[in-house]
Amino acid sequence: MQRIGVFVCWCGTNIAGTVDVVKVAEALRTEPGVVFSDNYQYMCSQAGQDMIKDAIKEHNLTGIVVCSCSPRMHEATFRKTAAAAGLNPYMVEIANIREQCSWIHKDMPTGTEKAIILGKAAVAKVNLNTPLTPGQTPVTKRALVIGGGIAGIQTALDIADAGFPVDIVEKLPTIGGKMAQLDKTFPTLDCAACILTPKMVDAGQNENIRIFSYSEVEEVGGFVGNFSVKIRKKARYVKEDICTGCGLCTEKCPQKKVPNEFNLGMDNRRAVYIPFAQAVPKVATIDPNYCTMLKTGKCGVCAKVCTAGAIDYKQKDEIIEEKYGAIVAATGYNPISMNKFDEFAYSQSKDVITSLEFERLTNAAGPTAGKLLRPSDGKHPHTIVFVQCVGSRCSHDASKGKEYCSKICCMYTAKHAMLVRDKYPDTEVYVFYIDVRTPGKAFDEFYRRAVEEYGVHYIKGMVGKVTPEGDKLKVLASDLLADKQLKIDADLVVLAAAIEPDKSARPLATMLTASMDTNDFFTEAHPKLRPVESPTAGVFLSGTCQGPKDIPETVSQASAAAAKVIGLLCKDKLTGNPCVASSNELMCNGCSSCEKVCPYGAITYEDKEFRMPDRTTKLRRVAKVNEAVCQGCGCCTVACPSGAMDLKGFANEQIMAEVDAICK
Amino acid sequence: MQVNENFKPLIVAFCCNWCSYAGADLAGNNRLNYPAEVKIIRVPCSCRVNPMFILRAFQRGADGVIICGCHPGDCHYTSGNYFTRRRMSLLFSMLDYLGIERERTRVEWVSAAEGAKFAATMNEFVEQVTALGENKRLEDLRCKQ
Repeated sequence: MQRIGVFVCWCGTNIAGTVDVVKVAEALRTEPGVVFSDNYQYMCSQAGQDMIKDAIKEHNLTGIVVCSCSPRMHEATFRKTAAAAGLNPYMVEIANIREQCSWIHKDMPTGTEKAIILGKAAVAKVNLNTPLTPGQTPVTKRALVIGGGIAGIQTALDIADAGFPVDIVEKLPTIGGKMAQLDKTFPTLDCAACILTPKMVDAGQNENIRIFSYSEVEEVGGFVGNFSVKIRKKARYVKEDICTGCGLCTEKCPQKKVPNEFNLGMDNRRAVYIPFAQAVPKVATIDPNYCTMLKTGKCGVCAKVCTAGAIDYKQKDEIIEEKYGAIVAATGYNPISMNKFDEFAYSQSKDVITSLEFERLTNAAGPTAGKLLRPSDGKHPHTIVFVQCVGSRCSHDASKGKEYCSKICCMYTAKHAMLVRDKYPDTEVYVFYIDVRTPGKAFDEFYRRAVEEYGVHYIKGMVGKVTPEGDKLKVLASDLLADKQLKIDADLVVLAAAIEPDKSARPLATMLTASMDTNDFFTEAHPKLRPVESPTAGVFLSGTCQGPKDIPETVSQASAAAAKVIGLLCKDKLTGNPCVASSNELMCNGCSSCEKVCPYGAITYEDKEFRMPDRTTKLRRVAKVNEAVCQGCGCCTVACPSGAMDLKGFANEQIMAEVDAICK
Repeated sequence: MQVNENFKPLIVAFCCNWCSYAGADLAGNNRLNYPAEVKIIRVPCSCRVNPMFILRAFQRGADGVIICGCHPGDCHYTSGNYFTRRRMSLLFSMLDYLGIERERTRVEWVSAAEGAKFAATMNEFVEQVTALGENKRLEDLRCKQ
């Protein structure tokens, strides 16, 4: 018989406000096996934990039930407490009387009654708990970073600096990400390339970092400390180790009409290309969709001009298999498509552009060499209208845009407006906004400067319609503060498009079994306390794949993710999860039902000798669970027709006992 | 048929640890109300739910059973919820045949970010089961002593 202690937490008034904690402790005192029951204001505090430890020692408790917040919050805390008092940590059960009781019910009798039932279920379960000892698995001391933007680069650099090897997988031919496309950065107006490219070079030269550019993750297996990953290195038809990046092929290639994605299609590149001058690795890539040689077998100019002999038209995709201890998702973002926003005439006029296109137009390495010229006729624009929140905060029509605030648009629009006024004081700049949101260090001061020093016209209100007329864009908008309709003849309209997670994030999350929210941003293990970890152990989050962020926030999160990875890779062995499946050999008849449903291949069979009642022996095939591989989902326990397979910590008997306690 | 005005159904909800249990926690965090008749049992994955547990719940007097798991494709264990879907569609047909109406059983996908969906689902399910009244079909009277 167990000797069980029950500890009911008030959580200040969070629980005690709607649950009579004294009554709960009293009601549970008479449950089978319970020898001690008490309540305290904050069980998770040092004093509360000491109370548990003392009770365990004083009353020789063999199991405890803590009626408190969600086990997702403090189960680990109370397991440590139990272990410190010499009790097996898996003899602890939590009754969730906060998130699933006191916080959702309003009146005391209902809350108290439910809390007692939840407590009874936990007591019924802990009565059947057995001490468990987790196994240990070795850690592969190598990390994988998926995505080579500023987030991925920073994470990789920090991990590499701590002495661990890191691989960056980037789907484009170069690392750098969105930041490489930016011109200046707010609120300091640092040149983006000047602060990013040294980091790219560092990453390229760091002996602990390998960069798989033009590559994608294809398959992820294993678990924390022991992931095995297949990476597809797409054929770039150029031998990476031989190409010197001289760029001669990119000048001589006769196929000149390829939209340049780095400049968002505003100019053209060749079929063989290096995305931009500071690309890392600085290696040419042949675009198979446009290369005449690859499509028709006739051309071969690049191979002729390449003095290094790096061109290889026969190159094939390569699959790289590698083992990793930790994986960091840093897949970044993209501006949303403007297809559904036809009121702004994006598809009708070349002079309606997105903010990212505007960045390229003002960038010295962009299609206009940094001169602000209209894409349609190359003339200097004299009136520019910026429209904020295009697709952001679109709660009235979620099918069209995003419900969330994209966070960075207010600040970059202020930057754009300021830069235009600085370079071209003859240009009138209007910014239409719902609200101007500037929370951040030196952000509001920056925005005030745009308004006060640079004379940008900020108008609260939304643009209703943009109509191209001749070489002008007629902008119809409302000024909410002055309560009047405005008509502006603009030369250029810039749309602050909402940002959304990169399309590659969703399939990646499926491979990693990491959860996502409804907007396809990765979910963090805890929104406040574990913001850089995914709920899936060993998977970490860096940058905008977790939510909209500006560069300083992205870099902080990237370093935080790196710190978490380093903490994991520093360990020689990881303590596993002891709540794994186990088979009762006497009941197992070796039918293979469990093996077929196991997603991890953790079940194997062996022939075992059994003594029969007539003293003879017999060989029988029985299932065997590899505890290091089993993740404890319990699928096999249901598939097993003889009931031989059970899950430790969530045994059939234990769950039945909970059902019984609830239904009593 | 007699309708008991004060009838409060007993609902057992099996929630997977990774998505739905977290979704239920989020509903709590956001103070979204749903009836206290819903009692949650935490399981590692929805595929851990043995049909025996559901039969047992109905035997012991539960009026409805709901199983919540991660959305298809998002299972923490890759494929567990697919098994749940197939197993439960078979079991629920069988229960229907035995007289436990379809409306008393449900499988619902609730992610860790869907606290509002969790609360809405529970409100709706409780209402649905309340309308059906007490479940007497599988009740084991020996358990009532």
